[in-house]
Amino acid sequence: MPLVYAGVCSHAPGITGRKHLADPGIRDAFYAAFDDMRADLEASGAETVIVIAAEHFANFFMNNMPSFAIGMADFYDGPIEDSDWLGIDKFRAPGNRELSHRLISEIMQTVDVAYAEEWLLDHGIAVPLHFLTPRFDLPVIPVNINCQGPPLTPLHRAWTLGEALRRAADAVPERLAIIGTGGISHWPATPDSGKINVDWDLDFMDRWCRNDRDALLNYDDLTVYADAGQGGFEIRTFLAVSAAAGGAQGTVHFCEPIPIFAVSCTIASYDLGLLDI
Amino acid sequence: MSLYYVQKFLYELNRSADLQAAYVSDRRSVLDGYTLSDEEIGALVDPDIGLLYVLGVNGQILMHFAAFHQIEWHDYLQRMRDGVDEHGPVREGVYAMTGRVGTGECG
Ligand SMILES: [Fe+2]
Repeated sequence: MPLVYAGVCSHAPGITGRKHLADPGIRDAFYAAFDDMRADLEASGAETVIVIAAEHFANFFMNNMPSFAIGMADFYDGPIEDSDWLGIDKFRAPGNRELSHRLISEIMQTVDVAYAEEWLLDHGIAVPLHFLTPRFDLPVIPVNINCQGPPLTPLHRAWTLGEALRRAADAVPERLAIIGTGGISHWPATPDSGKINVDWDLDFMDRWCRNDRDALLNYDDLTVYADAGQGGFEIRTFLAVSAAAGGAQGTVHFCEPIPIFAVSCTIASYDLGLLDI
Repeated sequence: MSLYYVQKFLYELNRSADLQAAYVSDRRSVLDGYTLSDEEIGALVDPDIGLLYVLGVNGQILMHFAAFHQIEWHDYLQRMRDGVDEHGPVREGVYAMTGRVGTGECG
């Protein structure tokens, strides 16, 4: 069954962990956009959600860093961070080991991915799930792209992963959603935390909505670092969703800088044109 | 300079309640199994958040170490800025990519 939902959202830990420090007006507007995204996800009838994130040294470290990893377990515990710090209680999210196995087997035809039968979810997935499946009752399949420890996954390989995810999703009968989480420009957890390049973000999201492969791949890490910070490396997760959406056009539902959350808080989705499903 | 092992210790500390308990009881001896310089050991024992940042520890690892030590968010950011003032630009790792030193004014 083709994908029933494809979108992206922010995952910064401050979104939940520092909510008391944010301007209530803009914060609540962002939370409302997350509520709308949850409603769209539920309306899609998705049976499982694939979350492509850039995890932050929670499971994967430079002793054995995969370019790509996909979860293959029946449950995922989280958050790995201190619950008080992140503002999210400990949870166990359901997975689907058997479905992961089928998807990974197909993806491996074109992309070498690591698989993980154990995966502690960090804020990269826990923050989106907190809003999108607040009862943690929708099976999730975590996917990681190395956006943290250079040498990073090349952008065009992230695109190839997205294509492989789509091909694999199309080959199974389940109704699947795919959500990318991460940047855009930000300098998280550094002295520059709170700095946001709004123009860069808007330009990137324009490319994302047009699903313009050439424009989306026309970045290099040094320039991204200079213009969008190391958090900008996380555009890989957004690119993978673009590729999975197969040329669909996108809409930005929310994209506003919230400095205490350290990022332009973003919610966007692709129109998959699935009215008949 | 052994940034890899500094970060590996912090990565493992962030994941392990047992290692956290051992660190609390004896900060220095838990570092025995890691290949570290005296400067790195001192920064991890103090802890000196600013020096760890300058040594190149990734903020995605360092911020949890700061939270573990009950260092409030804005204090954590300021300690990194103070570290740059005291020790100079980041020496290694992803933040040394373009020589930027981190002088942001935002919080
Ligand atoms: Fe992130």
